[in-house]
Amino acid sequence: MPCHDTYIIKLENVSKVFKLDSSYIKALEDLNLSIYNGEFLCIVGPSGCGKSTLLRILAGLEEHTSGNLTIKREPSDKPLNSMVFQGDSLFPWMTVIDNASYGLKMQGVSKKERYEIAGEYLSKMGLEGFEKAYPHQLSGGMRQRVSVARAFASDPEILLMDEPFGSLDEQNKIILQQELLKIWEETRKTTIFVTHSIDEALLLGDRVIVMTTIPGKVKSVIEVNLSRPRDFSEIRSDSTFIALYQKIWRELREEVISDAVKTNL
Amino acid sequence: MQNSMIKKLSILSPILILILWEMLSRFHIIDERLFSSPLLILKVMLPLLISGELLFHMWISIKRIILGFLLGAVPGMVLGLSMGLFPFVRSFFQPLVSATFPIPKLALMPLILIIFGLGEVSKLVIIALGVFYLVLINTMSGVLNIEQIYLDVAKNYGAGKKEFYLTVAFPGALPMIFAGFKVAMGTALLLIVAAELSAAKAGIGWMIWRAYDMFDIETMFSALIVMSFLGFIFSYGLDLIEKLVIPWKNTEAE
Ligand SMILES: Nc1ncnc2c1ncn2[C@@H]1O[C@H](COP(=O)(O)OP(=O)(O)O)[C@@H](O)[C@H]1O
Ligand SMILES: [Mg+2]
Repeated sequence: MPCHDTYIIKLENVSKVFKLDSSYIKALEDLNLSIYNGEFLCIVGPSGCGKSTLLRILAGLEEHTSGNLTIKREPSDKPLNSMVFQGDSLFPWMTVIDNASYGLKMQGVSKKERYEIAGEYLSKMGLEGFEKAYPHQLSGGMRQRVSVARAFASDPEILLMDEPFGSLDEQNKIILQQELLKIWEETRKTTIFVTHSIDEALLLGDRVIVMTTIPGKVKSVIEVNLSRPRDFSEIRSDSTFIALYQKIWRELREEVISDAVKTNL
Repeated sequence: MQNSMIKKLSILSPILILILWEMLSRFHIIDERLFSSPLLILKVMLPLLISGELLFHMWISIKRIILGFLLGAVPGMVLGLSMGLFPFVRSFFQPLVSATFPIPKLALMPLILIIFGLGEVSKLVIIALGVFYLVLINTMSGVLNIEQIYLDVAKNYGAGKKEFYLTVAFPGALPMIFAGFKVAMGTALLLIVAAELSAAKAGIGWMIWRAYDMFDIETMFSALIVMSFLGFIFSYGLDLIEKLVIPWKNTEAE
């Protein structure tokens, strides 16, 4: 279990407003959250509630409009964060190995070394033998594995994952979830994992954050007191798992219904 | 089976047309002096081919097309990339490009002759001009239309300006750059004929115009056939280079 007083990221009253031509969209409002060093944090919430926006702010791809964002880091040559993006994000013009080692290349690692490191993660993700292939020659599931390998290979302090397995079929999803946990347990990197699946959040996370509908803020924080390593085939019948599942499901339902009422008015 | 039938049809149709053409002119349904006939053309074309005359003119034109093409495509690509990447370069050049692009390049021929004289240079310049704009515009929109997600990935993984240029902007724009090359090649073939009209002493375009002066329909057809052959090899060549340079380009939907 991560130690809860060493936060690595702290968000205080963080809001994000998107300015459109003639209107504004308030995507996040007064979001408060601490993320602890080494934890696996899952975020669930109704679609369109600002989960991707939150990750993009953490990744530095988007500026928050107000509030405070503190990211603590000790001096190191590691990159601060790597993101596994929602949907296809591999460069179609690079081979699998060049995609997977892109972060390392940007860090100035020599070709031989970066191919070695990336190749290791690729084979961990079951992609040995596909190094020279181009993304369009792979299935969607394989492409997603490459982008996970790319994120791990660049060895960041913080891993950001935006519904990485959202579009995969059930078998692929289970395999990748297990592979992800295996690598995570070796590295214990702070991981922030957005998902729309309660099941996935409970299988993977140390804590689950439930977000409200847009404008998104933290509705509740749920500790997942399930021991690791987790056995996927048994854990679903664990009484704690079932109780947590129902709790989160009820919270999400509240949000979705309140949203439906709002939009019907 | 259906496929092979369809293939046979596409070989059959040109043969049928040639036979029909021959018949029509044999039986004087069309004027042989204006439309000639496949056999008459062959009779003129074969000696031209054997004597090397046809190849000589072909070679002259190929040199002009390739040189003129490079002269236009390289600066077009460089400026197109810069305009796509840097808003201040784009703001500066956009009005100039918008104002001058619509001028038909043929209309500039006399001006070019006055400025560059009757020699080789003006022929290259007119081709280069036509190529330049098409490559520039395609390259720029290739860069501007790179999907946001790739820019995000590059930024997230810490790509600097130069790295972004080399690993994302350029390869991402390559398919559009090649689309530009192909359109530009068509224009180059059009312009070579016009360029060789004025003050040339050799070249396939020149052959066509001289045949016109001498009312030598068979030579004219021979030159036209070579012209279409040139069009074919240039577009085939570009396809080949494209396959080498863009091995990742999906043949299925992308
Ligand atoms: N770049 C943007 N410009 C304008 N609106 C945006 C932008 N990105 C996201 N939004 C809006 O912000 C809201 C939250 O989006 P997002 O963070 O993608 O939601 P989620 O990932 O939870 O589905 C949505 O209403 C979306 O339309
Ligand atoms: Mg999202």
